[in-house]
Amino acid sequence: MSATIQSPAGAAFARILSIGSYRPERVVTNAEVCERIDSTDEWIRERSGIVERRYAAPDESVVDMAVSAAEKALASAGISADQVGFVLVATVTHPYPTPSASAEVAYRLGATNAGATDISSACAGFCYGLAMAQDMVRGGSAMYVVLVGVEKLTDWIDLHDRSTGFIFADGAGAVVVGPSDEAAIGPVVWGSDGSQLDAISMTQSLIDYRDNGGPRFPTLVMKGQQVFRWAVSKMAVASQEALDRAGVTADQLDAFIPHQANMRITDAMIRALHLPEHVAVARDIETTGNTSAASVPIAMDRMLSTGEAPHGGTALLIGFGAGLAYAAQVVTLP
Amino acid sequence: MSQEILDGLAVIVNEVAGVPVADIQSDKSFIDDLDIDSLSMVEVVMAAEDKWGVKIPDSEVKNLRTVGDAVAYIEKSTA
Repeated sequence: MSATIQSPAGAAFARILSIGSYRPERVVTNAEVCERIDSTDEWIRERSGIVERRYAAPDESVVDMAVSAAEKALASAGISADQVGFVLVATVTHPYPTPSASAEVAYRLGATNAGATDISSACAGFCYGLAMAQDMVRGGSAMYVVLVGVEKLTDWIDLHDRSTGFIFADGAGAVVVGPSDEAAIGPVVWGSDGSQLDAISMTQSLIDYRDNGGPRFPTLVMKGQQVFRWAVSKMAVASQEALDRAGVTADQLDAFIPHQANMRITDAMIRALHLPEHVAVARDIETTGNTSAASVPIAMDRMLSTGEAPHGGTALLIGFGAGLAYAAQVVTLP
Repeated sequence: MSQEILDGLAVIVNEVAGVPVADIQSDKSFIDDLDIDSLSMVEVVMAAEDKWGVKIPDSEVKNLRTVGDAVAYIEKSTA
């Protein structure tokens, strides 16, 4: 006869308790980018909405940026590091397959009681992590979860590549997710489409580079039109489904915070969703560039600190990117 | 060439890129004459696919240089 196993007991609901972000100091203008690629300030603005972006310093790591953002989020939540039950780090630019970035982040935060793992869902990583954090809190696996989206994309792109060299940048954003008396994170709508692995991929594997050399270290490459078509046709549908499953209508939203992929994708999604004028839309890409897994929390932090979006307001989040993978949910803002 | 498809396409291009409908004629180049960039072209193609129930793959889009090329492609696909 099998033994009786106790099941964990979690909180009724979970919420984002606080947010913090880290934007590297160095500002890189379109003029500087155009010293490397054959383009113009006007072309970059028209195609992407980007005016400037931030690059991390050469000695500044993914973990450094993650710790900086997470420390701010913990301080804002009033949660001590030893209360943290799990550290989730969404990133695709930590330069070691193992050990994980999250183990080092947890150690440097002093989160000695926390489990730790990384999430590799690229630009969708933060929204994946938010769904997982909510499930941990509600499932009783952790009372407080630190979730970080962080990227140092400048290490993994060809800065001379005309299709990616102006888009990607560096930064980190973090939230603390904890128990709540009321629902504050809606059902996640997520998916992936491996038939489009080649839409955003690497030029070669590190093993191929080691064994065969070749002219270039592996870098990120993107089929811009293919990604644009997928994002515009599928992401508005996923966003609407996240609204429907949360029981929220577009006119009840205070903010729409999509992954900061490209301003043109954001504009096309707004049209497809018929978002009312009063909904504040994240346009952080203009001065931050595309920071993949970090873009949603960095944009959220900016909207809250500038007053563009209200604390306690209702926001629709969606992350989408390499995989091609996506995740969307409605949340109450911290 | 189908005037109906040309008229429908003109409405789409106008909605996507704000180009006056009267300027959208079959001999006009999307890029050189109408200033439609690659991303707007993707939006035009997607709207056309919805409207006429056709498939215009990315590999085909680059061959649609003029408005007339697009009308002909849609006409052939719906025939």
